[in-house]
Parts: sequence; structure tokens; C-alpha cells
Amino acid sequence: MRKYSVFALAREAMRGHKGWDEQWSSPEPRAEYDVIIVGAGGHGLATAYYLAKEHGITNVAVLEKGWLGGGNTGRNTTIIRSNYLYDESAGIYDHAVKLWDGLSQDLNYNVMYSARGVMMLAHNVHDVQVLKRHIHANRLNGIDNEWLSPEQAKEFCPPLNISKDARYPVVGASLQRRGGTARHDAVAWGYARAASARGVDIIQNCEVTGIKRAPNGAVMGVETSRGFIGAKKVGVVAAGHTSVLMDMAGVRMPLESYPLQALVSEPVKPVVPCVVMSNTVHAYISQSDKGELVIGAGTDQYISYSQTGGLHILNHTLDAICEMFPIFTRMKMLRSWGGIVDVTPDRSPILAKTPVQGLYVNCGWGTGGFKATPGSGNVFAHTIARDEPHPINAPFTIERFRTGRLIDEAAAAAVAH
Amino acid sequence: MLLIRCPYCEEERPELEFRNAGEAHIARAADIAAVSDEDFEKFFFIRSNPKGIIYERWRHIHGCARFFNAVRDTVTDKFVMTYKAGEPKPDISKLKKESGPAAYANRPPDQLNVKKPAAKRAPASKGDA
Repeated sequence: MRKYSVFALAREAMRGHKGWDEQWSSPEPRAEYDVIIVGAGGHGLATAYYLAKEHGITNVAVLEKGWLGGGNTGRNTTIIRSNYLYDESAGIYDHAVKLWDGLSQDLNYNVMYSARGVMMLAHNVHDVQVLKRHIHANRLNGIDNEWLSPEQAKEFCPPLNISKDARYPVVGASLQRRGGTARHDAVAWGYARAASARGVDIIQNCEVTGIKRAPNGAVMGVETSRGFIGAKKVGVVAAGHTSVLMDMAGVRMPLESYPLQALVSEPVKPVVPCVVMSNTVHAYISQSDKGELVIGAGTDQYISYSQTGGLHILNHTLDAICEMFPIFTRMKMLRSWGGIVDVTPDRSPILAKTPVQGLYVNCGWGTGGFKATPGSGNVFAHTIARDEPHPINAPFTIERFRTGRLIDEAAAAAVAH
Repeated sequence: MLLIRCPYCEEERPELEFRNAGEAHIARAADIAAVSDEDFEKFFFIRSNPKGIIYERWRHIHGCARFFNAVRDTVTDKFVMTYKAGEPKPDISKLKKESGPAAYANRPPDQLNVKKPAAKRAPASKGDA
């Protein structure tokens, strides 16, 4: 891998940009690998990268049925924060935020992590109590989160409407300054390039059609659209399709897959300097470096794999955006799209070993997995390499739905699920 | 937005009138306190989440307010059929023969909510399937 730097850029500028290498190689699959990761999204590629970097396991393949980063990694609203209520969640999401800081240098790839602050609005007494509870819980876990008055919120985000005449007036806000955004595609590409440089095979257009198990039940490898590939360890990181893949190994999951939509406006000059979220009116918004307003909507109410959602869901979100930011009522929306998110009953992820020997699963990130990408890949690589969970992801088992040790962010509702 | 036929009202109505109520045909144990942790997990948390035909419950919350069941394809989001709560789980292989692509969905407005069984209706005009 040739290092990216200002000198490399200058050298290539002189040579007509003819010397750039492919960012990652696309080899033919080998007959057998030490580890196969199913799914080349951010989490899968990060897992492969940390397997190679921190555990010295480089005989790894990442299999992707479509194109790299073409699922939810390329469809999310790129928000990063770690102000979750419960200790377990705080642990894993803040592990990720710590890795985001410095990730561009680590990968030698600009992932455009911008700690511009995530502000969550309170509109009523309940919101105030919930957000303040989060602030206190976060402080105990060493996570920055502070309370803002409406005036301070307006100062931090000038286009915000804090009029008392609003239908849902802003009565306060919490602010995590280390929260922000990153460039989602660059995260996938950066991890792919860095993993490929360490010897990981990234194999696109290779759909897994079966998970083969030995007579003793352990994993032997996967059947794919490009033939059988052997491996004693298989990590499934397939987001909305996790139930389908795990079913191939005979494991039934506590997951349901729903469409989640997002949309962007026409590009405009910088106007929203941070991320603004409101659980009560259900909207969140930020502005990309290209100038588009990036707006996240809610999930549809029914299970679907269609990667499209209902228009009324977007409409509802835009109602809320116009309520929070009357300045945007004349704005044109440019594009909208949907992704399929896998939701667990307690709205916390599963990063764990499974009842099948050699089969590992990283799923259930629901509507908010992007923010966790580096942390998730980091501890999942540990889980696969050592065949035991890292202390950070130890609580995120499948068995918690049997034992009742839920991590109930659904009830804590740090985010509108 | 989906168009959903309520089998009680016998009308096809917009999704906004309905609330999805999860997977159908999951029976609650008569003595729920007596079931094992494994069985409770299966009943309460584990879901089939199929890519393809799903059996699911809906509630016509802004209509008759009753629960009913539906068979839907989760890839196309098209309904194969809806049926009343308590009726047996339909056999998919049989359903496929009876249901065309426009059995319930994409019907022209003037043919909506005609109180005749779907099978006996006039075929939809060309170009709307």
C-alpha cells in the first residue's frame, strides 16, 4: 500500500495522477481461510482490519454479495455519539468514539470525522428528566454530556427555532461535544484499503448461500455463489440479512428487519453547524461537507427486505424538521432511500459467540450502528481471534434474551427507535 | 404506503389506519409461569423474520379496531391475503395459485372496496400491475 500524504498528492499532480494504485485488491477466493467475515460493510471490514492488525490473523476473507459498503454503511446519516444511558452501552459506544478520534491517521485515510457536537432537544418535562438522567449517567461513565438552556442551544445552532409559540417548544437540550459525523463511504473504503494492505481478501459479488457444518456441529465453511470456501471460523456481520444467514446454520435469532429511511436536501451553504436530534418530534439533521442537509427518518412498522419505505414516514420527519427549523420550509429535497435494519427486542446489539462452534455474530445494531463501527469491529475481532468476548462486548450476548440480562436502551430511548 | 384489506370491514384501506402487531400464529402458553426459560425466549423474543412469505398480525386501529392476520411477501411488500383472527394458517402452496400479482394491491381506484371476493372481481385493466 502506497501511503497517502501531501507529498504523494503533489507527486501525482505533477504526473497527471497516473501513479495511483487500486485502493484494495480483488482476488479470486482461496479454497480455505482462517476466518471468513460475511458482509463487507463498515463493521465487517473493521473486524477484518483489527483481526489483521491486533491479532495477527491475516488469512481472512470478507465476502460481500453486492458491492463494498453498499448496504447500511452507505445509507446511514453518519451520526457519531456515545451518550447512552446504560453502562454496557456507554462502554461500547465510547470505545468507538475513542477510536474515531485518530482513525484517519490509523488507516492513513481521511474518514472526515468531525466532532461538531450532537445536540438532543427537550420539548417537555419528560424530555428534560430523561436527558438530565442521561447527562448524569454519562458523567459517571466519563462521557461528556452537558445541559443547555434554549438560548444556549440557539447560540450553538443558530437556525434552531426556540420560539415559545412553537407547537413543541424547545425547553432545553443536551450536548455531547465529542459527538459528530464522519464520511460513511470513506470509513468503508479506508478499512477496506487498510485491511487489504495487511493481506485480507475482499471478495465482492460473492453471495453466501449456505453455512456448512461438520458432523460434530462445528462450522466448516460457507457455500457461496462462487463455490465452497472453507473456514473454521465464520463471523456473520450482515445487518438486515442476519436472520437469513443464521438460519442457514440453524440458529434462530431475536431479530426483526425493518426499512429505515433517510433523505438529503439540495446542497446549500453551511447553515447547520452540528447534529440536532429530537426524540419527541422524531427528527435528526446535520449538514454534510457537500452542503446537503442529511435527515434521518423513522422505521416503517412492518418487517421488510425491500430497501424502500413508505412516503408518509418521510413526510412525518419533514414535518418535524420544519417545526424545528422554519428556515427550511422552502428547501427542496434531493434524494431519499431506505436500508434494512435488524432490530433486537432491547434495541442493543448482539456481538457474541453463538451456540454453533466457530460461528460468531455481530448484529442487532438497529437504527444506530454506524457510530459504533470502529469499536464494534475492534471487539468483534477480539471475540473471533480469542474465541471469547472482550470485556466490552461480554454483556452483548444472544443468551441475554434467555437469562433476562437485557440492556434495555429501548426503554432508555437515547434515540428514537 | 401499503394498502391493506381488513377482512372484517371487507375494505382495502391505507396503511395509516392500521398498526402492525408482529408475527402471527405464536401461541401463548396457557400457564405462562410454568414454561421453561428456553420456551419463554422462543415465545417472547425469537422471531422467524423471513425474507419472503411472512404471516403477521395487523390491527385496524382507526377502523373496526380488530386484530386480523395477513400473508405478505417481505421482499415486494405485496399482500397475498388477509384473514380473520382464529382462522387456520393458510397453506402457501395453495395461495400462490389463487393470488395474482394484483390480487389486492395496485388496483385502480374505481375498483377499490367493491364488496365482492377478490377472486370473482373483474381482472384489473392492463398496465396497472
